Amino acid sequence: MQVERDEIYGIAGESSSGKTSFIKVLAAAIRPPLRVVGGSVEYNFAGQRIDSTKASEAEIKAIRWRHLSYIMQGSMSVLNPVRRIEKTFGDFARSPLGLDCRAFRERIEEHLDHLKLPKSVLRAYPHELSGGMRQRVTIGLATVCRPEFMIADEPTTALDVVVQKDVLSLLRNVQKEMGASIVFVTHDMSVHANIADRIGIIYAGRLVEEGPTRTLFTEPKHPYTAHLVASLPVIGDTRPRPSLEGRPPSLADPPQGCRFHPRCPLAIDRCKREVPPLETVGTRHRSACWRAQEVEPLVRPEATVAGAGA
Amino acid sequence: MSALLHVDGVSKYFAMGGLLSRTQTAAVRDANFRLEQGTPEIFTIVGESGSGKTTLARMILGLETPTEGEIRYKGNPISGLSFGAARRAFMTDVQPVFQNPFEAFNPLKRVDRYIESTAKVFRGITARADLDAAMDEALASVGLSLAEVRGRYPHELSGGQLQRAAIARALVCKPKVLIADEPVSMVDASLRMAIVNLLRTLRDDLGVSVIYITHDLATAYYISDRIMIMQKGRVVEMGAARQVLDDPQHPYSRLLKASVLSVTDAGQGNLEPARDLMEASRTALEHADASRLVEQGEGRLVRMAG
Repeated sequence: MQVERDEIYGIAGESSSGKTSFIKVLAAAIRPPLRVVGGSVEYNFAGQRIDSTKASEAEIKAIRWRHLSYIMQGSMSVLNPVRRIEKTFGDFARSPLGLDCRAFRERIEEHLDHLKLPKSVLRAYPHELSGGMRQRVTIGLATVCRPEFMIADEPTTALDVVVQKDVLSLLRNVQKEMGASIVFVTHDMSVHANIADRIGIIYAGRLVEEGPTRTLFTEPKHPYTAHLVASLPVIGDTRPRPSLEGRPPSLADPPQGCRFHPRCPLAIDRCKREVPPLETVGTRHRSACWRAQEVEPLVRPEATVAGAGA
Repeated sequence: MSALLHVDGVSKYFAMGGLLSRTQTAAVRDANFRLEQGTPEIFTIVGESGSGKTTLARMILGLETPTEGEIRYKGNPISGLSFGAARRAFMTDVQPVFQNPFEAFNPLKRVDRYIESTAKVFRGITARADLDAAMDEALASVGLSLAEVRGRYPHELSGGQLQRAAIARALVCKPKVLIADEPVSMVDASLRMAIVNLLRTLRDDLGVSVIYITHDLATAYYISDRIMIMQKGRVVEMGAARQVLDDPQHPYSRLLKASVLSVTDAGQGNLEPARDLMEASRTALEHADASRLVEQGEGRLVRMAG
């Protein structure tokens, strides 16, 4: 897959679909037992090309935080509970930024102000802040060096609905303003619907479909995607929603052929034997399905559904 | 009609802080609602974390004692059903399903043993063949079978299967009321609707009333008959689910609805937070002490000033 500059690429997949291993490789956090057996991840940071699967420790260190940063899921496990937020900022950003004490402090205060966080959070310990504030601080940490590429791993899953929207909107604004790229990982399709420019769907360790957000929601070309988007209930619409039977396969012993075939309503004999390649099915739209052209949306969008803000 | 479950003016206060700086926090303030006998329904309690919805559920299960007010089951206060045969009879009728099935089950204990011991204790079944029949019936009603579950440990089942097994465990004692606290929030997207559709089947086919606790307005709209929205321990709006969610009146209910990430305009990146509603709901909360629930007709209640 390719992620463009100034783009939010959403990755959707269920638990144990391999998305965490995948982003670890993207983030150049490859430690045993994780091992890259093939392929490469090439970044282009301001003209300087680097492959995160082969780069040396020193090369990675040179790009980390300044070019490539990471927003993690549990803000409580990122922020050291016994260090004040300002110390944590120092730990993360002091050496990549290479500023002296005063300038560094100014930079951070300016940055927090930008994220609409009061200066007082710098003196606070993580437990003194609310979940939404903490997640904003971790976004602050990831963006303070103005990186070109960010990886966000379920950054809003643990938040309440009201706060979630707020944090997503902050992230989107920061991204637009910096012109950065974000790989945004979550299993929540309604988050993808609102933040991603393009979405890649991962099933059992494989990218099965990829396309612009709107296209995936209105004209999915993989039966798994069709199920995912059809199963989302909408306020104002009470039509029955289909559910998908079965469970994702174990990656230790995946099914032969297309990995989705045991649960797929469209499966034919060929799906049991041959792995479908990821092929172009439309503008910037790829799907790995032998019967991609026959996939129909399961629930037609209603023309009269009122907007959620009504 | 007589009430199956009657939550009557229930409040719960927790003491916070040490001896000198002791303060009281109200987790639930003056909650009132009733479920009727003979008309099974899905009653949804919606709120963010800290709204008191889980505390309310724990009080209904008899795991917490209300500070004020009373909860009655078929006319009997549940505080009097705290031990012995009366407690067992109550627990047979009112069963919980918890949020995270991986935490609810002991990883070292086989899943079928839970269902089996529930059947033994609450239905007094002892014979092997009868136990198997009861277990199979409960598992069949959630779309599993005893053959699939027997001898399995929790890690051998998927989250969706395990949550269905948790519901089967509750169903094996043929309850009247199921209290489901965020039953789908830990379940993967493709399996989530299976659980939600299952709750609806339980109501329609088995006549079980479900108290569905969630923060997800979209699934609430999809399956509920009635809804109760809570903000910091207070009920702010209550009524028929579709009516309330189509046209919420209280600022907090409107804020919740506005915060739902819509999938109908996918790809347009509508993330602008509703600042005016946030402000309005904060103001409503500040003045909540001087407010009361006002009847709006058709059983709809909205909290208003005065």
